[in-house]
Amino acid sequence: MPIKKDGDGPINVNELRSRLKESATYPREVIAEIQRAAETGIYDIRGWGAKRSVPNFDDLLFLGASMSRYPLEGYREKCTTSVTLGTRFATKPIELKIPITVAGMSFGALSGAAKEALGRGATIAGTSTTTGDGGMTPEEREHSDLLVYQLLPSRYGMNPDDLRKADAIEIVVGQGAKPGGGGMLLGQKISERVAGMRDLPQEIDQRSACRHPDWTGPDDLAIKIQELREITNWEKPIYIKIGAARTYYDTALAVKAGADVVVLDGMQGGTAATQDVFIEHVGIPTLPALRQAVEALQELDMHRKVQLIVSGGIRSGADVAKALAMGADAVSIGVAALIALGDNSPAFEKEYNSLGTSAGFYDDWHEGRDPAGISTQDEELAARFDPVMGGRRLANYLNVLTLETQTLARANGKSHVHNLEPEDLVALTIEAAAMAGVPLAGTDWIPGRK
Amino acid sequence: MSLKYDLSAGTTRGLNQKLHSLGIANNTESINVINPNGAHALAVGLSSPLKINIQGHVGYYCAGMNQMAEVTVDGNAGPAVAENMMSGYITVTGNVSHYAGATAHGGTLLVCGDASSRCGISLKGADIIVKGSVGHMSAFMAQSGRMVVCGDAGEALGDSLYETRLYVRGSVASLGADCVQKSMAEKHKNELEALLICAGITGADAAEFNRFGSARKLYNFKVDNADAY
Repeated sequence: MPIKKDGDGPINVNELRSRLKESATYPREVIAEIQRAAETGIYDIRGWGAKRSVPNFDDLLFLGASMSRYPLEGYREKCTTSVTLGTRFATKPIELKIPITVAGMSFGALSGAAKEALGRGATIAGTSTTTGDGGMTPEEREHSDLLVYQLLPSRYGMNPDDLRKADAIEIVVGQGAKPGGGGMLLGQKISERVAGMRDLPQEIDQRSACRHPDWTGPDDLAIKIQELREITNWEKPIYIKIGAARTYYDTALAVKAGADVVVLDGMQGGTAATQDVFIEHVGIPTLPALRQAVEALQELDMHRKVQLIVSGGIRSGADVAKALAMGADAVSIGVAALIALGDNSPAFEKEYNSLGTSAGFYDDWHEGRDPAGISTQDEELAARFDPVMGGRRLANYLNVLTLETQTLARANGKSHVHNLEPEDLVALTIEAAAMAGVPLAGTDWIPGRK
Repeated sequence: MSLKYDLSAGTTRGLNQKLHSLGIANNTESINVINPNGAHALAVGLSSPLKINIQGHVGYYCAGMNQMAEVTVDGNAGPAVAENMMSGYITVTGNVSHYAGATAHGGTLLVCGDASSRCGISLKGADIIVKGSVGHMSAFMAQSGRMVVCGDAGEALGDSLYETRLYVRGSVASLGADCVQKSMAEKHKNELEALLICAGITGADAAEFNRFGSARKLYNFKVDNADAY
């Protein structure tokens, strides 16, 4: 319907909007994407994880304690948080003070100072951080008391000396943002140092393979794990990281292949650079994936024997506590850790605006122009970031997550966060009840179960 | 001093522990390993200049992540022999399975027989010399280093190749994406001759080889190249 103008005066935008009808099939962001695709001829690449709304931990509630359960006194009665990872085969399992770890993020995707800050923050909080595609930097090792070394398909920077220096080894089969996809580090972020660590020329797009170069399938992987254990004298815990897809079977196969720890990354998990279509349309949310992984472990009688770390959209102590109650041994944070460091800070609003975005929305991490100096290799931008301050901020955030988790555990009468259990949870929606395997609030109904 | 390790009486764990401890003690020069019977992960993670002779066939990942050691397999090797090797010299007198020398950063892998598919996948600086032929997708995404094939190469040689230089004496079934034949300049002939001498190959003339490398057209994503992927 044409909009009538009153004389030559300005259009009243609010009135205009109240009269226009936006298409549910073609909302403005869809139209904008079609226009962008027509202009550029290339798919949209971005960082971050899935931005679409999916059932998540917010759809669950704790019941707390009342007549039938005793709570523990906050600030008085102890609620411990320690986690031991790698008890199955490794002769030197690692001990975390808190059930929250920092996920793998590469030097290359992040600046050296940002990687250092992740190590500093994790160390203050008593937990581990993880390398990423591109190998281990000396700064990262120096500032991380507990460092998990990733073995990725690209094998960029992989060497036996760093393998032996690691506290644990994580074989990355996939990640939640892109199960079945490889890595991507575009040319603008390839500094001389990054290129050198990866044995590639500078300024070319570095596309990490989506499959490992020297094994195919879980039978081969079992032998690969044997090799890694032989090289490291059977000391290091070996994790297998999977993106949430066919999670029940993938978890079972990871156990069969010999993992000490399974790391499960849901579709909300972050990435440094991936096609938007991949991020939003492949893989399943963390909530159902976690339930499936726990079921697989229980069926194999390996729950708590092979530890389970869950990542993908962990933001608060409530998320941590709910993941633990569903059966995880620990969680891992990536995007939230970057935000804690200072990513998407309103302090850089003007600069975000100049990049065509705004604080809270910035996800072009692959372009290397991060005003916060975190997801960049530009020396001037990176110099803005203080790794000591960043580490302190991350430690503060990890402490808050831990305190919140303890608060919820005590409210449910638990003296260790691992004592949280599915029985403590209910779901707000039928979908979340079915996915998490807990009853719809106020009922004893778990959809899909008799 | 020379030692013998019998895998029919010992274990893979026992052998590797022995080799790692000998590396630390540094007073043993050579070790003969007998009865490997296709065992996996033999002589992996070595980091000293030991000389190891394995008499028989080996399974997966033999000499994986090798540093400095000289390992000879007097037989055939399973998948990913010398994977991620950093330095040293690995010789296999027979044939090798898939992924030989995968992601190897340095050192030399000499295969006296044939190599199966994906030989030299994601190569990162090592030299691979194959007296026989290599299977399909060899040198896939190979980044640096050199690969010499005295026989033939299978389909899709050098697919998505970066800066590894490939020398093939026989036929090439087909080239992979962005892999092209390049001219053999004098410096390339000299380089190849040095590699052949290093491998003790006397029956092949550098002039009989063709050189292949990256066209470098796919180094940065361009939408006009989309049909190459």
